[in-house]
This record gives sequence, structure tokens and C-alpha cells, in this order.
Amino acid sequence: MVGPAHFMALSAALFFIGAAGVATRRNIVVIFMSVELMLNAANLAFVAVARGLGTMEGQVIVFFVMTLAAAEAAVGLAVILAMFRNRQTVDAGEISLLKW
Amino acid sequence: MNPLPLNLLPPGADYAAVMPLLWAFAAAVLVLIAEMFWPYRSRRGVGWLTIAALLAIAVLGRAPSEAVYFGPIALDGFSGWCNGLLCLVAALSVLMSLDTLEVNGVTRGEYYPLLLFAVAGGMVMAAATDLVVMFLGLETMSMAVYVLAGMGKARRRSNEASLKYFLLGAFASAFMLYGIALLYSQAGSTDLAAMAGLAGEGGTSAVTRLGAALLLVGFGFKIAAVPFHLWAPDVYEGAPSPVTAFMATVVKAAAFAALLRSVLLAMPWVAGELQTPLWVAAAATMTVGNLAALRQRSLKRMLAFSSVAHTGYLAMAVVAGTSEAAAALLFYLAAYAAMNLGAFAVMMLLADRGRPAENISDLAGLGRARPLAALAMTVCMLSLTGIPPLGGFVAKVSLFGAVLDAGFYTLVVVAVLNSVLSAAYYLGVIRAMYFDDADSVAAGGASAASRVLPSRPALTVSILLAALAVVLIGLSPSPLLGSSLRALASVAGF
Repeated sequence: MVGPAHFMALSAALFFIGAAGVATRRNIVVIFMSVELMLNAANLAFVAVARGLGTMEGQVIVFFVMTLAAAEAAVGLAVILAMFRNRQTVDAGEISLLKW
Repeated sequence: MNPLPLNLLPPGADYAAVMPLLWAFAAAVLVLIAEMFWPYRSRRGVGWLTIAALLAIAVLGRAPSEAVYFGPIALDGFSGWCNGLLCLVAALSVLMSLDTLEVNGVTRGEYYPLLLFAVAGGMVMAAATDLVVMFLGLETMSMAVYVLAGMGKARRRSNEASLKYFLLGAFASAFMLYGIALLYSQAGSTDLAAMAGLAGEGGTSAVTRLGAALLLVGFGFKIAAVPFHLWAPDVYEGAPSPVTAFMATVVKAAAFAALLRSVLLAMPWVAGELQTPLWVAAAATMTVGNLAALRQRSLKRMLAFSSVAHTGYLAMAVVAGTSEAAAALLFYLAAYAAMNLGAFAVMMLLADRGRPAENISDLAGLGRARPLAALAMTVCMLSLTGIPPLGGFVAKVSLFGAVLDAGFYTLVVVAVLNSVLSAAYYLGVIRAMYFDDADSVAAGGASAASRVLPSRPALTVSILLAALAVVLIGLSPSPLLGSSLRALASVAGF
């Protein structure tokens, strides 16, 4: 029987995949996608916990987080675009005017 | 499964509790619309409108004598105090940006509404009694500031600052959110009242500790604590100077306010369970910040590292975890905002061929060219060092004293040694202003007189206001200290 604990394990795995993606990838858009994956891992955790506890709170929180992720995508892609216009690159390694 | 609750308003919900927040968001929308129709040539008017709105919200956001609640939003003494601090500091930072936006490459009027949205988000953070609401406030503020950092759209450094801040900020937010999810799994609710009960007999569970640690990692990024401080110098340096001043004061104050309410007060067990990592982080933050600041030739980057160092002092209050330390933290935030804004404002006086001049050597000769501004800078630098009788001294004494009372002797010794160390670079700024003129002119450099922007009344007034605040806080600290103590006493259940 698949229970909330399995979903928590899956969400933890997704979270680590996302974090590893942020740490290792060089393409800024892929880094950004990894961050979104981490947010969705948290979403999955909220839903799994809500299911386990039998409450609605965690499921409502997911709607907030989804809205937030959408807003973050809008801001983030605009920021990446502004950068691309001036530099013609989305490689994190080439962003070196300021010492990282 | 329980049926859906149909009554969406929680019992006892009082609209008075959310009115300051609604006013703040309404002001942001209003300024956004006004800015669209404002004549381009008199764009400064939008700035004055923003200042008026911020001052009005500071008045409207005061706490009633009896705390009121609207579900997870509280308007008590604490949120009232933070509303006042955030709005007044933001108003001062707008005042100093009126004259300096263009030289810093900010040509779009969206600066003002974005800044108001950031302040409104900060007010939500200070008022939230639920971790998710606090998180939403944090994101509202952060997203506005990501854009603000990139307002110098045509400048690559501003692009880079914005991008770095966005990527690392979003990364940190994900950690924080996952931490909240873990705490939710243990407490069964994201309400702060439920968090206090997590430490039952026999301490906390491992999942609870992990959740709290992830939450603190998220906060660590936002307040720029070691080892999560790496973005701070780059972003502070690359962002347009008025935005940097705003980030170093308002954003930091809001993050500490949320940290205070959500962790220090609501989860008193954190200070005990995670004491060693917090202790090490606080000591490392002040030491790394000060050592790195010593090596900087850019004034802006030096102020960024100085801001990291001050985060370390402030984080000591989280280690101590007592109410006295928390009150001292609030007081320190106010004093720190005044002296830091003053320092940034004096830096913004300088420009070289239409570009901002941000090196310490650019200050050479300021003492003769602009004696009043140089005096204000001296006051701010001495205060940042912690020289009596200025605001920074009283703030440090009350904070260090509170941490001593909590029994953390070694940590206070580290902090005092760091303060002595920091004198080296703060006094270096004063030396540059008063004694380095002849050398730089002899070496073929321009003297400060040619770098100072032509008459900028709003900037001059904001420099004087900041310096005056630093002196006043130092000479008569008791009203501010008393109000911060009362603010803490009002937080329910503490």
C-alpha cells in the first residue's frame, strides 16, 4: 500500500535532485528549472502531510505556492532576458563582472 | 474527511488588523497608476508622492492599545513598531534616491511602486503569525527587490546583481518552504502557536530539528549570514546605490523582524536545540564580514561586508534567545538603519563623469569640498564602529549586554574583538575624507570638489536627517529602547 510516507520520500528525492541541479548546472534557465523543482517537491510534501493528517490546510498552501512559483517565473525570466540582451549568454560561468 | 469549512473568516477576525497592509498595497497600486500618467519631466513628483504615502502608512500602521487579529495577521505592538521602522526608513531611502536615480542608471518610474510593494511585503512578514503567511510576505518583498536590483537595465553589473539575487534568493526560498513543510508535518499546522508545542518532553524530533534548520537556512540567506552571505557583496555592489541602501536597511530589518517573531519568539526551543550551529554562524558572520571589509577599496563593497558583519552581531540575539536580547535587536535595527543610510547617502553624493564614484579613494578631499556631508559621514562611521555617544554605541552596548546576561561570554568577546577590528576600515574612510586630498591630486587624480554632484537639496537633507537620527538615538536612547521593549511585550504568549 502506498501511503503518505512514500510521497514524503519522493518529495525529499525531488528536493535533492533540484538542489543538485542548482549546484551543478551551468545554464541559468536549467538552474531556474531546478529551483522550481524544489518548490514542487515542497508542494508534494504539503499535500502528502495534509493527506496523512486528514486536514485541508496543506492542500490550500499548495495553491499559494503555485501562484508564487508562477510569479517567480515571470520575474525570473524577465531578469534572465534583461541579462541576455546585454550579454548574449545564459551561462552562469560567464557572469563574472562581479566576483561570484 | 472533514467537510470544507464554509465560513472563511476565522472567529474574531477584525479588519483593523489588516488595514495597514491594505493601505500599503493600495498605495503601491496607486503610485503605479499615478506614475503612468505623470508628466515625464516632473518625475520627481512620484517620489514625493511615495514619501507621503510611506509617512501616512507609518501613522496608520501604529498599533492599537489592544492587539487585534485577522486570522494569521496580527496588529500588535510588535507589528506596529516594525511598520513604523520599515516605513520611515523606506521614506528616507526614497528621499535620498530622488536626486540619484539617473546617475545610477535607473530611468524607469516603476522604482517607486516596486519599493512600496517591497515595504508592504515586509509589513506582512512582521505581522504574520503563520509561517506560510510570513513566507508569502517574504516572497512579495523579495520579488519586488529582485526587480529593483536590476533597475539599472542598461548596466551589466545591475543585470548580474539582479540575476544572482534572484537565483540564490529563489534557491533559499525553496529551502525555507521545505522547512515549513517539515514543521507542518510535525505540528499539524503552520500556525506559530502550534510551533511552540513542538518541543515536548524529551526534546524535539529529528524531523522538527531538520525543518527548523532548513527554515533558518532560508533566513540565513535573506539576512546574509555566513555561510550563506556570498551573494551579498556582489548584489550590493552591482545594484543601483539607492536600491543597495534600501536592501541593506529595509530588507534586512524586515527579515530580522520575521526571524524574531517566527523563530525567536514562537520557537523558543530553537535556541537550545540548534545552539552550537547558531553560535558558530554568528561568530563566523561577524569575523568573515569584518576581515573581508578590511580588504576592500570599493566603498560600496566595503559597506556590503560591513552589513554582513552587523548581521553577525544581530544574530547573537537569536543565539541568546532572551527577550532582552530580542528588544536589543529591534533597537539595533533602528540605529543600524540610520547610520547605514547616512553612509550610503554620502557615497551617492559622488559621481565621476556621469557615473557613480564608489571607491574609498573617491572620498579624498570631501572634508574640504563638503564639510557638512563629511561630518555626517564621520558621525555614521564612528557610530558603525561603536564610538560613544552615538547610536551605534548604545545599540552595541545593549545588545552585547543582553547576550552577556544570557551567559554567552565567549561570543561577546568575539564580538568586541570584531568591533575593534572594524574600526580599522571605518576610520580609513574618515582618513580618506580629511587627509588624502593632497596625495590624490598630486598623483593626477581629480579632487573631490569635481566629483561631488552639483547642489542636491533632497540628498543633502536626507544625509543630515540620517546623521541627526544617529546622534539623537545615541544621546537619548531611552524612548526608542522603551518602545522596543513594549513592542516585544505585546507579542501574545511571550
